[in-house]
Amino acid sequence: MGRPPVRQGGTLRLVTPASDGAAFATQGLTKTYGAGPAAVHALRGVDLDVPRGEMVVLLGPSGSGKSTLLNILGGLDRATAGSARFRGAELTTMSDAALTRYRRHHVGFVFQFYNLMPSLTARENVELVTEIADDPLDPAEALALVGLESRLDHFPAQLSGGEQQRVAIARAVAKRPEVLFCDEPTGALDSTTGRAVLRVLQDVNRETGATVMIVTHAAATAAMAHRVIHFADGRIREVAVNAAPAPAETIEW
Amino acid sequence: MNGARRDFRIAGLVEAPEFLFSAPPGELMPDDSRFAVIWMNHSALAAAYDMDGAFNEALLSLTRGAETQAVLRAADRILEPYGGLGAYGLKDQISNRFITEEIAGLVVTSRVVPPVFLAVAAFLLNIVVSRMIRAEREQIGLLKAFGYTSFEVGLHYFKFIMAIAVGGAMLGCLFGVIGGRSLATVYQIYYKFPFLVFRVDPAAFVTGVAASVLAAAAGGILVLRGVFTLTPAVAMRAAAPADYSRAAAMGGILRTLLDQPSRMVLRRIAREPLRTLLAVIGIAAGMAISVAMVNVTAAFDITVERNFTLVDRSDVTLAFIEPLPDRVIHDLRRIAGVIEVEPFRSVPAVLRNGPQSYRGGISGLVAEPRLNRAVGADLAPLPIREDGVLLGSALAELLGVAPGDRLEIEVREGRRPVIEVTVAGVAETLIGSPAYMRIEALNRALKEPGRVSGAWLRIDAAQSGEIFRKLRGMPAVAGVTVATEARAALEKVMDSGAGAVRYLMTAIAAVITFGIVYNSARIAFAERARDLASLRAIGFTRAEAAFVLLGELAVIILLALPIGAVLGYFMGEAVSAGFSTDLYRVPALFVPEGYGAAAAAVLLAGMVSGWLVKRDVDRLDLVATLKARE
Ligand SMILES: Nc1ncnc2c1ncn2[C@@H]1O[C@H](COP(=O)(O)OP(=O)(O)OP(=O)(O)O)[C@@H](O)[C@H]1O
Ligand SMILES: [Mg+2]
Repeated sequence: MGRPPVRQGGTLRLVTPASDGAAFATQGLTKTYGAGPAAVHALRGVDLDVPRGEMVVLLGPSGSGKSTLLNILGGLDRATAGSARFRGAELTTMSDAALTRYRRHHVGFVFQFYNLMPSLTARENVELVTEIADDPLDPAEALALVGLESRLDHFPAQLSGGEQQRVAIARAVAKRPEVLFCDEPTGALDSTTGRAVLRVLQDVNRETGATVMIVTHAAATAAMAHRVIHFADGRIREVAVNAAPAPAETIEW
Repeated sequence: MNGARRDFRIAGLVEAPEFLFSAPPGELMPDDSRFAVIWMNHSALAAAYDMDGAFNEALLSLTRGAETQAVLRAADRILEPYGGLGAYGLKDQISNRFITEEIAGLVVTSRVVPPVFLAVAAFLLNIVVSRMIRAEREQIGLLKAFGYTSFEVGLHYFKFIMAIAVGGAMLGCLFGVIGGRSLATVYQIYYKFPFLVFRVDPAAFVTGVAASVLAAAAGGILVLRGVFTLTPAVAMRAAAPADYSRAAAMGGILRTLLDQPSRMVLRRIAREPLRTLLAVIGIAAGMAISVAMVNVTAAFDITVERNFTLVDRSDVTLAFIEPLPDRVIHDLRRIAGVIEVEPFRSVPAVLRNGPQSYRGGISGLVAEPRLNRAVGADLAPLPIREDGVLLGSALAELLGVAPGDRLEIEVREGRRPVIEVTVAGVAETLIGSPAYMRIEALNRALKEPGRVSGAWLRIDAAQSGEIFRKLRGMPAVAGVTVATEARAALEKVMDSGAGAVRYLMTAIAAVITFGIVYNSARIAFAERARDLASLRAIGFTRAEAAFVLLGELAVIILLALPIGAVLGYFMGEAVSAGFSTDLYRVPALFVPEGYGAAAAAVLLAGMVSGWLVKRDVDRLDLVATLKARE
């Protein structure tokens, strides 16, 4: 099934019907850095199914391969072997241009270090994405979602870390992505601010139906997830399904 | 010789300093194919001319501290009764003058070009090192936190700068030796120096290395301030996002018109206007040098072209051994294949206006010359008036006279009359510094009616071989100058020596332009790699990400183009004036092609630089770049 999906009307033509319910499905996903005895095995065969619309939290020790998995699923990096499909479309064999379209039309990212454009205001940072999206939110509305309606015209240098991270979330959700990847979104934040950010992510998941995947070291975050994936040494050690996710506000840091 | 053909055995080949630059009589440019100086035993020559004990040139050497002008006047007084043509000092000796001017030109070049180069290099080094210090602020902070002093950390960067400077200086020494050797060869051939020793002067290397190291130190030390002001605490924190709030206006006004990538480009330019300005000026300066050099090159060509199509339209110039009666013109007309003959009278003369004087000559022309004309500023031919003298513009300037002014002319031939004439007009001159009078008026002043010194001919090209043979066989003819040969000789002179400097300058302009354009692109990329990776991660294509980077370069280049054009115009004027002498004038011209070519070169530099960094944008490792804190 190595055929790359073809762009059609700004989205990916999906190889299998979108109704199968899985946002992501991976089989034997492997990532190896280097070769020979010095090779680092970041992923050692990951088999995973993520249903659509779920809030997923990835936990695991440092160096266990969480970021690597997220980067491959987000179309930022390529696997060494195995398969990773987004709604049936094979990501591992996609061309660079197709991966760019995938990121552009389907994926939102929230990075640990925010990665805002310092030369653009909060509103303009969001517009950066809405300008190239098919059916975006109004930028001001997206910023209101994260509680920054009064800081529209401030530059990143004029915002606190938590505020910058919320702008990054507004930027990621403004395109109404089908999946939202967050790699340690609260890593640089204090507990109150971190909780507020998680709250926003939970709202986005509930209101837009986006699949949200969060990598974190804060094990308590697991309480708010539908599904918790425990990583160890490049493999999935355990997957826990949470029937009743807790609201973000109740999370004990 | 003396009207008869004689055979000689060549005893040897020699060089003499007074003939290093030797032009045929009445001409300005050397042409070895037609003119040479022959040394002979004085008594043999006297016998050949049947003039025992006669001499027509004497060289004087003066005691130290002697007053040259007084000696010249005294010599003129003594020789006056014998028809002396006037004594002149070493500085007016033609070979000496050419070579002195050439050396002066080299000195100017060596004082102007290296500082420009070093300033550009220092500017580029400054940018590179400041970028490096910003990128390594965490390491700097860490070292300071460990207890290293600012001085020790600064010294580390200073050593780095010195390594670059010393490395560059060593390469420069090597290129200097290679370049110096080849330049010496060029000069040796051009001036026919018997030998020219390229001496490796240690002082030159010391100066060169010291200047390079100082320039690098100046460029680098400004940045090292940054190392000293960094406190460990600040350095250990991730850099806060660059503050663009002061550049907010840029793009705010155009709220609805601009997309975000364009706004990013404009804000970045507005945030560091000084750096943008320096880059713009640097590129504009490089372009200006190109414009000036292309213009001057074109002006050299136009000078030659105009001279041989508008001014001198003859095919052949004949010079007689001595003035002949004008019936010789009728004899010339009768030669088969000769279409047109125009006589001229030329005499050496000193032109004076008060203290200003010029040692040159007067050309007597017919009323409406057709083969060798004077042209006005509009390049239309000027008639030669009966009642005045028409001066070349360079000469009029030199003497400080305008039409209507009176001029004293001291003729240095025949009866040597001193006449006073009115300046009837000023002619546009390209080559030489002529003064024209009506031939009849000149002969009248000389009291030698109906005499001609030579003639210009227009001939049928098909019969040229036969005609040249006939003319060269005429005993009264001292020289036959063929226009095409003279033109080739002139082109050669303009293309070598001083003229060749323009090629060097063009190469320098190209290096400066490319260096600054490429450096701007590189630095922009280094500073924005993270932003570009973020853009790529959120779904911007390679081309869209590259736009943010290259848009800035494009704006800088577009700003530089008009500034470079204007600077180039003035620089072209200055360079033309610098190249112009009283032997030839390089007109300051507006050559659209010059601007086009220079602009194209800048754009090409932009495109090549853009392409080089675009490759890096394409190769950007998203994961690695995003993982880095800053
Ligand atoms: N470019 C690389 N070259 C070599 N090894 C790498 C590279 N990137 C990651 N690794 C290795 O791959 C493994 C997984 O890295 P990854 O970043 O996915 O870990 P992680 O689970 O996100 O850790 P953390 O919680 O510390 O962020 C680690 O052992 C790491 O050293
Ligand atoms: Mg990680």
